[in-house]
Amino acid sequence: MNQRTNFTKGFFKENPVFVLFLGLCPTLGTTTSAINGLGMGLATAFVLIMSNIVVSLTGSLIPGKVRIPSFIVIIASFVTIVDLLMKAYTNTPGPQGEPSLYDQLGLFIPLIVVNCLVLGRAEAYASKNKFMSSLIDGLGMGLGFTMALTMLGAVREILGSGSIFNYKFIEGDGILIFVLAPGAFIALGYLIVIINKLTKKA
Amino acid sequence: MDYILIIIGAVFVNNIVLAQFLGICPFIGVSNKVETAIGMTGAVTFVLVLATMVTYLLQHYVLVPFGIGFMQTVTFILVIASLVQLVEIILKKISPALYQALGIFLPLITTNCAVLGVAILAVQKDLNLTESVVYAAANAIGFGLALLLFSGIREQLDLMDVPKPMRGVPAAFVVAGLLAMAFMGFAGIV
Amino acid sequence: MAKKESTISNMVLTLFIVTLVSGASLGFIYEVTKGPIEKAMRTKKNMAIKKVLPDFTNSPVENANSAYMDGDTLYVYKAMENTDTVGLAIETFTPDGFSGMIKLMVGFLPDGTIYDIAVLQHKETPGLGDKMATLDFRKQFQGQHPNTFNLQVKKDGGDVDAITASTITSRAFCDAVQRAYEQYKKEQTHEPAN
Repeated sequence: MNQRTNFTKGFFKENPVFVLFLGLCPTLGTTTSAINGLGMGLATAFVLIMSNIVVSLTGSLIPGKVRIPSFIVIIASFVTIVDLLMKAYTNTPGPQGEPSLYDQLGLFIPLIVVNCLVLGRAEAYASKNKFMSSLIDGLGMGLGFTMALTMLGAVREILGSGSIFNYKFIEGDGILIFVLAPGAFIALGYLIVIINKLTKKA
Repeated sequence: MDYILIIIGAVFVNNIVLAQFLGICPFIGVSNKVETAIGMTGAVTFVLVLATMVTYLLQHYVLVPFGIGFMQTVTFILVIASLVQLVEIILKKISPALYQALGIFLPLITTNCAVLGVAILAVQKDLNLTESVVYAAANAIGFGLALLLFSGIREQLDLMDVPKPMRGVPAAFVVAGLLAMAFMGFAGIV
Repeated sequence: MAKKESTISNMVLTLFIVTLVSGASLGFIYEVTKGPIEKAMRTKKNMAIKKVLPDFTNSPVENANSAYMDGDTLYVYKAMENTDTVGLAIETFTPDGFSGMIKLMVGFLPDGTIYDIAVLQHKETPGLGDKMATLDFRKQFQGQHPNTFNLQVKKDGGDVDAITASTITSRAFCDAVQRAYEQYKKEQTHEPAN
């Protein structure tokens, strides 16, 4: 596989959310708006890229039986770094006193550590591949994940609050159910249907 | 805090799967059959309660006294991963029958965010040890309830004539949405 | 490179090194971000205080008082312009929201009238209960003195117009404001006009 397809596979053919169904908890839990989806996606992408790099560099030095625990520690460290950085620099409330990005994502930041996508890529790809390929795999998968979350966040924000990236285009409320829990499931379900239809998988 | 409130809150009002979005992967992954759903619930309950207990002790007797609260994520996930291993080894030795039933689900639990999520939530909510254990058990029941209801529906769904692009996971998501809507009816009772 | 063998010493050594490196680097990042994190927390509080009181010059977050009431903690921030007291901002709470805890910041002028109220934290239903943060709802509290303005929804015989279809949230909001006022009264008796 050349590096180009290695990079683009994360967007449609092997999109972590729409096709592989990985990392669904943050996908549903944080996508109440496009901004939140984007923020969560980028945070996950950072962890994914960094852990892919470190795992590909150190993978051959780690004995087989302690591979998974070592990977988990490496991933958890990067998650904590993201958590601390976001707590310091994305923690300012909006002009109308909306909660800060850090507060909105809340519990889902430490939970990046159990995102099956991150551990999955470290174990199945980075530990067996070279630095460059692992970096590109992490970039592609991370951005594919970010794209999926931003799309879902945008759909829910447009339908649920009548705005996009906090820019309001209709007066009053949208279809509220899309901002609430049930809307997350339903919107994701129909997004997958549309993508299945477009890629003619079904 | 009243134990009854904790239990009703965790099982119905803030259902871990349908309202808090934790443990979605096994929720979608192993809910094809009622039987596997029961197995998964058993394994999750076991690990969830144990993990919450151990992480509570670690948080209050190691992390806080030594001022290394920032190591929380690393410590908790390591504890959960080792607990899962330990439970696997012990079960294999003392109850091969139970191991047969739960065995294949155990490795999946390390990356089940419900376990880490509940452990962190119990600390954030400032619960004491007994409350934490009750909270963990209640969340496990909530997880089991959602999983069982859902797998029951999915078994029926398999027999339906669903449009092709919707078959499988997409239909499951829409059904989960409807189920979540039903659970919203519990809001405000606590 | 060949895979390392899984001997006990190899495994222990690897895990030890991995955790050591992880712990050390996290400790470093923690030290680096400690200042900015504290600053972000202070800015957050200061922004909320600024919203509920007229302009002030001191940094009220620096010397806050706390008080324990009904199972949780209230914080009192005193805003000054040079030597004059501009007002007190009180961080208050209610456990009775539709979905649990609601935290508010209530600004009292020196004579006890409410200047403004800000919502700090809540889990109320979007589109219903979360309307309590809008000006339409807050407006009715501005410039009112809790002595003459009954902090209860009209359904319960008070003076507050509840949010449509969100009586529970409105009741909880009033409860939090009332709690802040109780604390405000205590503060006044503590330090008679300094």
